[in-house]
Amino acid sequence: MPEFCIAGVAESPLGHVTDQSEPSMIALAAMAALDEAGIARTEVDGLFVNYLGEEGSVQLGEYLGIEPSHADSSDLGGGSWVGFIGHAMAAIAAGQCEVALLAYASRQRTLRKRSRAHVLAPPPPESITAQFDQPAGVPVPIGHFALVTARHMYEYGTTEEQLASVAVTGREWARLNPKAWRRDPLTVEDVLASDRICGPIKKLDCCPITDGGGAIVVTTAERARAAKRPPVGIRGWGESHTHWHPHQRRDITSTAAVRSGRLAYEMAGIGPEDVDIFQPYDAFTITPILQLEDLGFCEKGAGGEMFAQGHLRPGGKLPAMTSGGGLSYTHPGAFGIFLVIEAVRQLRGEAGDRQVNPAPRTALVNGIGGLCSYSSTVVLTND
Amino acid sequence: MTDNDDILDPTTAAFWKAAADGKLVVQRCAACGHSQLYPRPFCLACDSTDLTWAETPGLGTVYSCVTVHLPVRADLPPPYSVGLVELDEGPRLLAAVPDDAAIGDRVAARWQPGDGGARPVLSFAAVGSLANAAEVVS
Ligand SMILES: [Zn+2]
Repeated sequence: MPEFCIAGVAESPLGHVTDQSEPSMIALAAMAALDEAGIARTEVDGLFVNYLGEEGSVQLGEYLGIEPSHADSSDLGGGSWVGFIGHAMAAIAAGQCEVALLAYASRQRTLRKRSRAHVLAPPPPESITAQFDQPAGVPVPIGHFALVTARHMYEYGTTEEQLASVAVTGREWARLNPKAWRRDPLTVEDVLASDRICGPIKKLDCCPITDGGGAIVVTTAERARAAKRPPVGIRGWGESHTHWHPHQRRDITSTAAVRSGRLAYEMAGIGPEDVDIFQPYDAFTITPILQLEDLGFCEKGAGGEMFAQGHLRPGGKLPAMTSGGGLSYTHPGAFGIFLVIEAVRQLRGEAGDRQVNPAPRTALVNGIGGLCSYSSTVVLTND
Repeated sequence: MTDNDDILDPTTAAFWKAAADGKLVVQRCAACGHSQLYPRPFCLACDSTDLTWAETPGLGTVYSCVTVHLPVRADLPPPYSVGLVELDEGPRLLAAVPDDAAIGDRVAARWQPGDGGARPVLSFAAVGSLANAAEVVS
């Protein structure tokens, strides 16, 4: 097996993007990430995308002028790009490609494409979703995360104040990140006073809707020799999924991160005690709590308390959501690619005011997809 | 229940036919007794393909529930409450629950006709608020 690395990362323009299209945003990010990697665009032979329309990798390949020998348009929700790291490693190990480009962009804020996602066109009438989910009028996805939150509060005594402390944690990091979308000071009281949207979830428990995108280059250490920035090693990876319909999951407070995390730890030969920084996928305030628990950073049920105690804030023992997270930094529908980009920046020591100090050596990234359906975990190191 | 439903999903047609008669049925395994919804051509517990439909009293317990405060559909003005209800037979269903419902509450299923030939609509009422449910409990 070759030694795998991330040789380049880049964000596209973020926030409110009025001077680029989605494909041009990807092209800008891809060229910047490939420049970091010291690899030419025409050397890309593996393409990994999601949410770019029908036959996404085919469409993007044409735009970028790339005819890959390995293509992947798998839809694994917002965590797809964390998953694609492992898919790319497998493809490289099998000799199907050498330079994998993982990419995403969305202008959903400016185009208002998914601003009312919970009232999108109904699923086809023959689907199980149309028969057994849709009639109840549960908004998607927030209603499902609300059901998870309510059950977590019932089983473990998690409080709305603890949930609010997740949003406050992200905001404290975002205040150190000039690219973050939400940078105003935020208190637990502010979150509690925001409009109630669904069950225990209030407006400030939810990520914003922004424009944004990014690109990641995955390749071998051998191929990354000409990189302009230090490549980051990929030491462990795992993925799994548990269910699609919420009524099919026996314990909705437990996620596929239990399995994806175990696989990633085993491959890396480490445990949660070895992790210096954590990048959980915070679409709603409940999700980093579930990931903390399922990835072994605390007992099941203790995630909310860990946030409330400040352990994940700047200066805390497990810095997390260091970009500001989906809740404050950016959330163009899918956040997975940004988790990896931030982990790489932190491991390279180039995160500016938000740089974790002393410089972290090991990062754990966890992507989720669907209705807490899918999970992918990756261990990255700078040695 | 319409003829079209048979064509759309033949595997659930018996469920919706029972619903039109006001009955809640689950798929039951003749080999091991496991109950499941939605239906599949095999038992999730033992892989047997010997499956039948079994009528239930429609009694269950609220596993999780929330009040929805944002508009989802024109025919459902917020706020309203929805929940995951675990039937006593095991399967869970997502449906309307009473506005004051709490996790752990006992509830009973009821069907209402769908509008204009649409599938019947399931909701759960507090146990005791329906005479037939009280009979089943006793
Ligand atoms: Zn069986």
